[in-house]
Amino acid sequence: MFSRPAPGPDAAEHEGTFVIAIVDYGAGNLNSVRKAFDYLGAGVVVTSQPESVATADKVVLPGVGHFSSLRSLGSTGLGEALQQAAASGKPFLGICLGMQWLFDGSEECIEIAGAGIFPGKCRRFPCSVKSPHVGWNCLAICEGSRLLRGVAQDSFVYYTHSFHAPVVAETAAATEYGLEFTAAVEHDNIFGVQFHPEKSGDVGLAILKNFCEF
Amino acid sequence: MLTKRIIACLDMDGGRVVKGVRFKNLRDAGDPAECATAHARNGADEIVLLDITATSGNRYTLLDAICKTARSLFVPFTVGGGIRQLDDAAAVFDAGADKIAINSAAVRDPALIGKIARRFGSQAVVVAIDARKVDGSFEVFIAGGRVPTGRDAIQWAREAAACGAGEILLTSMDRDGTQSGFDCGLVRAVAEAVSIPVIASGGAGSARDFIEVFRGGCADAALAASIFHFGIENIAELKRELHDAGVPVRWPC
Repeated sequence: MFSRPAPGPDAAEHEGTFVIAIVDYGAGNLNSVRKAFDYLGAGVVVTSQPESVATADKVVLPGVGHFSSLRSLGSTGLGEALQQAAASGKPFLGICLGMQWLFDGSEECIEIAGAGIFPGKCRRFPCSVKSPHVGWNCLAICEGSRLLRGVAQDSFVYYTHSFHAPVVAETAAATEYGLEFTAAVEHDNIFGVQFHPEKSGDVGLAILKNFCEF
Repeated sequence: MLTKRIIACLDMDGGRVVKGVRFKNLRDAGDPAECATAHARNGADEIVLLDITATSGNRYTLLDAICKTARSLFVPFTVGGGIRQLDDAAAVFDAGADKIAINSAAVRDPALIGKIARRFGSQAVVVAIDARKVDGSFEVFIAGGRVPTGRDAIQWAREAAACGAGEILLTSMDRDGTQSGFDCGLVRAVAEAVSIPVIASGGAGSARDFIEVFRGGCADAALAASIFHFGIENIAELKRELHDAGVPVRWPC
């Protein structure tokens, strides 16, 4: 019934200038993430090609939905390209499901392994709270976080998820919802956020800007 | 702590934001993109754009409005009105929406909820329910409130959640546009029946109404339109009042 709108910026448009590859592996709508980077003036390309991940200066792994949608990373060669990108030292940001991928795995789909860059498995929320966890919740930021530089303690960010990652040594910020879980994680060039910075107003844009400046 | 969300709703007709009482006596309330960014700047936690002329209007107008609105809006953005199939939802997501709201189409074909949820995630699917009290229970109405379905709203909410809905947007037709307070009984009944978030809609008139629906009604979020457009209640001021009353809200923001 609807006509499709004109496509947004694509690989061809940014050829030679793009720096950030936003990885499209079929898990939901990547528009908002691209839009936020566009707004910040960053050169982005949305790609499902392992080669584009390899040649990009920075990599963003977004994703919403079920952990099983990460299955396609294995069959397309993207998983290997992402592992190499992470190991190469280039700045890497996982958002929501993309952050969960950085851990060992998830109870949501036990047969799919995560990247194992951070230890532990993602688990369901306790029965004491409603699940999914949807809405604005606040950050308890650890001292020295580079990704959250300049972000005020207790700032609000937008969440929508049913599984959470454990608090680990590399946790850069935690949020409380039935228990304390990892809101942001960072180690060397690898960063992850469980919340949606692209939907978290000025706070979220400040975080993405920090990533753009790495 | 997870906060209670205040959602600003923009009813759109022919590319303009309008407001009436029970979809009648429409008055112009501005440009969608400008209204949305103004509300977000003022503290709205989320924006909902409902195309109320969806069944007969020009769809390009809606997609164009979504594009323009989404460009500089960095809070969650839901779009509803006339989404009947997966392709309609895809076009709305492509244009820049984060979530879609479906109402009549979901009642007619509950499998549509799952189809959209499998492709875009449950978090992107809001099932909107328009309910009216009939003989002591709440009946679901579709087609902009014109057609009764004989279905019980609480049962339908439960089924929609089981089909993969991520949130329920629950409008009391009896209260819509009246500014006489939310229907806390309806909201509470649905909130207790499902584990997904319930957005209360219809009847917002004052800060007290919001406090009541968050406490007694157990709502996770509350939506309003006219009181925000015409400056009866300022969102920033409303959030400060809620905060002072002990309701957890994103404040300051």
